[in-house]
Amino acid sequence: MDFFGIPPQALFGQLLLGLINGAFYAMLSLGLAVIFGMLNIINFTHGAQYMMGAFAAYFLLQYGGLGYWWSLLLAPVIVGATGVVIERLMLRHLYKLDHLYGLLLTFGLALIIQGLFQNEFGSSGLPYRIPQELTGGQNLGFMFLPNYRAWVVVVSLAVCLATWFLIERTKLGSYLRAATENPALVQAFGINVPRMITLTYGFGVGLAAFAGVLAAPIYQVSPLMGSNLIIIVFAVVVIGGMGSIMGAIVTGFGLGIIEGLTKVFYPEASSTVIFVIMAIVLLIKPAGLFGRVQ
Amino acid sequence: MPETMLKVAGLHAFYGESHILHGVDLEVRAGEVVTLIGRNGAGKTTTLKSVVGMIADRRGSVAYGGEELIRLPSHRIARLGLAFCPEERGIFASLDVEENLMLPPALADGGMGLDDIFRLFPNLKERLRSQGTKLSGGEQQMLAIARILRTGARFLLLDEPTEGLAPVIIEQIGACIGELKAKGFTILLVEQNFRFAAEVADRFYVMEHGRIVDEIAIADLDQRRTDIEAYLGV
Repeated sequence: MDFFGIPPQALFGQLLLGLINGAFYAMLSLGLAVIFGMLNIINFTHGAQYMMGAFAAYFLLQYGGLGYWWSLLLAPVIVGATGVVIERLMLRHLYKLDHLYGLLLTFGLALIIQGLFQNEFGSSGLPYRIPQELTGGQNLGFMFLPNYRAWVVVVSLAVCLATWFLIERTKLGSYLRAATENPALVQAFGINVPRMITLTYGFGVGLAAFAGVLAAPIYQVSPLMGSNLIIIVFAVVVIGGMGSIMGAIVTGFGLGIIEGLTKVFYPEASSTVIFVIMAIVLLIKPAGLFGRVQ
Repeated sequence: MPETMLKVAGLHAFYGESHILHGVDLEVRAGEVVTLIGRNGAGKTTTLKSVVGMIADRRGSVAYGGEELIRLPSHRIARLGLAFCPEERGIFASLDVEENLMLPPALADGGMGLDDIFRLFPNLKERLRSQGTKLSGGEQQMLAIARILRTGARFLLLDEPTEGLAPVIIEQIGACIGELKAKGFTILLVEQNFRFAAEVADRFYVMEHGRIVDEIAIADLDQRRTDIEAYLGV
């Protein structure tokens, strides 16, 4: 059975790849959206922090003997803590200035972090093994589904939805949403908004690091893994619109799938399709598909 | 005479380069309703915002229950039991009515329960699931007052609660303030609607150009009416 002359193996294989990529787009653009909402800063360091997550997993294994599952827990905390330091020492001085300053600072930080890792580890990747429990795969008849890839899709979807729930449906989330709109008033109600901003940045960075750990066994652990990805993620954010949590999740997964399908039907366009969509969205709806006009 | 709750002395406030308050002095005693009146731009809102710490650049002295607030960040000031209701009401669009109502954390024991709040503002109960900013202006004002009553704050700073509202709603807000006063709340009010203020206030401070220029007790209101009209330019 073929679909438009495409064998199902190829179609579903690319769909799965698209879903995997989409999972990373979604987790990273979600973090960017959360950070932008609270800090008003476009966090260009996000790709480097994703890379640091993967390296944290690598180090924890090499020097701590701690495997994948520990890394999934610890790497976001460790990298998130470096985010907290960056926010306290640097970012908080920029909130009253134009977006451009935050963008420049975080972009510079990304270059520094990436340069340091490249200096130390070169540009070729370091291998990181799939955890024992998730090796192998399932033969679904129409395709072979590697267990680890299925895990990545499921867990990233779960993390995205949990983040959405936290922000849209809990008391803490109502503080976050309110402080995104009017931080001065929320603080005047007795809520420690500066601390909330710091923790929000730490959380967004931790989310990037979590994605990095998930990515380590699929892609290699490499200093450039974040910079390759982050450009696409920014296009995803532009398409989805800044500041919408569900928008970031839907756009991330959706564009991953579109990219995968393009690889099947018109491979020449697969690396540009997202940017073509971005250009069209910018022309028709500059605030993004889910964005609110400010 | 009841004890002084709030004592503001020599308060200066700045927005960037502009010097808004030029040494404000005022006092509010426990259980009083005190109203700041004056023309637009006299510094009334800035005075309230400086007391609750929303103006970063402020100097002089603001003492509440003997504690100096001038260097405290606004969230620490709030926790002493002061609650602010802003002129633009500050209802959050991304929160529904219930979330808006429940947003301010409890600052002290003895906050008003939801039953009492819905008795005071029955409209809110019907609209709990609506988006906050979908409420009418009057309902938004009720929500803005209701949410600070929940917190247990005993000192309320209300910035133009009647602005832009229909007379029937203004009456309801007036009744609410009367009830709060009867319950022993202390209120510092900014109001352009002098007729409204005259019904609820114990004393008036008149502001001009960032200073307090006069103080009028409610008992002297009638004989000072021409002065007041001159101050307000009516």
